[in-house]
Formats: sequence, structure tokens, C-alpha cells
Amino acid sequence: MTVTAHTGAALALGDDALVLSHRLGEWAGHAPVLEEEVALANIALDLLGQARVLLSMAGDEDELAYLREERAFRNLQLVEQPGGDFAHTIARQLYFSTYQRLLYTQLAAQEGAFAGLAAKAVKEVAYHQDHAEQWTLRLGDGTAQSHERMRRACEALWRFTGEMFQPIEGVEVDWAGLQTAWLESVSDTLRRATLEVPEGPRSGAWAAGAGRQGLHTEPFGRMLAEMQHLHRSHPGASW
Amino acid sequence: MTTEQSPLWEVFVRSRRGLSHTHAGSLHAPDAELALRNARDLYTRRGEGVSIWVVPSKAITASSPDEKDAFFEPAADKPYRHPTFYEIPEGVKHL
Repeated sequence: MTVTAHTGAALALGDDALVLSHRLGEWAGHAPVLEEEVALANIALDLLGQARVLLSMAGDEDELAYLREERAFRNLQLVEQPGGDFAHTIARQLYFSTYQRLLYTQLAAQEGAFAGLAAKAVKEVAYHQDHAEQWTLRLGDGTAQSHERMRRACEALWRFTGEMFQPIEGVEVDWAGLQTAWLESVSDTLRRATLEVPEGPRSGAWAAGAGRQGLHTEPFGRMLAEMQHLHRSHPGASW
Repeated sequence: MTTEQSPLWEVFVRSRRGLSHTHAGSLHAPDAELALRNARDLYTRRGEGVSIWVVPSKAITASSPDEKDAFFEPAADKPYRHPTFYEIPEGVKHL
């Protein structure tokens, strides 16, 4: 398969959705309350649906999801970060869903290959963002412990947020404008949650950011092993 | 989370415009806004609704099962409270 710009873009966007979907699915059976477990699983399923459409644009969805090696994945390093405590999961959701809603809003307004998917997905993602914001406000402006944990999570993941605005070949959007709008939206939510906007670097040597080139962080290998082992152990199995 | 931090809410869902909200179930949530979102995820994810109400369960005053006889039984033997008890006089149209 030759990697055209369109295929590469479908892989990047599809891998983001697939990997975050798997990470959210890890909460099944472990969420703090039953209601929140269903909420996270719902978001995971929305993302899985998006991943299926996007990966099918790039090739066979099962082959791409289950038989690729780590270096062939094009997702952001942000989405592969482990769930951590609930605050980490919410911070990851806040950063990613804000980015995804802004990106998909632009894609939906165009006439490109992703317009149809983006138009449908943007409504799902708007809810994901609302969910993350509601929890950010409550954890940040909650008890001393929830504030401290949310602050720690927002700071720990901050260095992964610059990577989101590396242009993806085949996705024609205003990346700089996207980043400005993202910073504005996330900063506003953090301030309302009585949290400070982290000051650490978002790009450069101390920041993360080569997921789109196939370089991933250590936890990703273990996540892939778990996600892929069934399919690899029983090729072609169905139920 | 304790029940105090996350009290019980009753969920009412309107399935279509023109119908009234119907009790769908209950859930736990720390406040009304999150209760509404939890209700969306639990009770309308298969397209069941166009509108949701959430009400704190403790705000509902319910009749007691012990008072069932006093509350409901006197209504059982009064057929004249039903319109079908009355014969329609001849010549009445549009009834």
C-alpha cells in the first residue's frame, strides 16, 4: 500500500481515536462510580466508531488496528498516556477533545474526504469536551485533594499538547489558528476551575512530540500488546 | 464516593414531542448538571429521548404502602366515577 497524503491523514486521525478509545475502555470495571464508567465507555465507543471509519479509508481496519507494529502507529503521544488517576484521564480528555472539536469543526466546513465523518463526529466530540470541562471544574474547584490531583494531571500532560498542532499532511486547516483557539478554550476552563495554566514547554527539547512520525512513549508498547494479543493469537477468529 | 457526596436522582425522559416525561430510573450524581449528563448516558443512548428531567429523590414525597387501603381502595367500588357508567342519551352527537 502506498502511503498517500490522504491515507497518512486518515491513519493519524484514526489512530488518535483508536488509541484513546482503548485507553478509556481500560476504565471498564475500575471507574470511581458506575455512572462514570458508562460515561467513559460511551465516549470510548464514539471514538471507536470514528476510528473504524477513518482506518477503513486507509485500508483494512482490523489489519491496521491489530497487526501493525508500534512504529507504524501515527497517533499523538498524548492519547497513549496511561489513564493514571481519574484526574489524569479527565485532563487527557480535556486537552484532546478540545483539539478534536476545533479540528473537526474546520474539517466539517470543508469539502474534503473527511467532511462527512467530521460533521457527524463533531457532535459527539462536543459532548466529550463538555464532559471533560464539567469534571475539570468540579475537581479543580472541589476539595484540596481533588484540586491538587487535577493540578498535577494538567501539568504532567501539558508537554504533550504542542504536538497536536504539528500540521498533518493531507489535512488542510489553519493549524496556527487552531492552536490559538485551543489555548484560549483550555485556559478559560482551567481558570474557571481555579487551576493555573501550566507554564512548562509545549514544544522543543523538553516537550513530547513525535507520535505522528511513529515514535511512541514506553507505556504504548504494553498497551498495544494487550490490545493486539487476542487477534494475533487467534488470527481470523470471529464470534 | 459516599451517598452524601453523590445523592440519588430520579430521571424522567420524554421520548417524543407531545408525550409527557416518563420515569425512566434513578442514578447517583454529585450535582444536578452531572445528573443530567449521567442520565443522558444511561437512559438515552439508544435514541430514547428528546428531553430529560432529573429530580433529587429526596424531594419526592411518596405515598406509603401501609396507607394503600386508605388511599386507593375507596375508589374501587365507585363505578359512577367512570364515564362508561352513564348511558348516552339518544340524539347526542359528537360525544
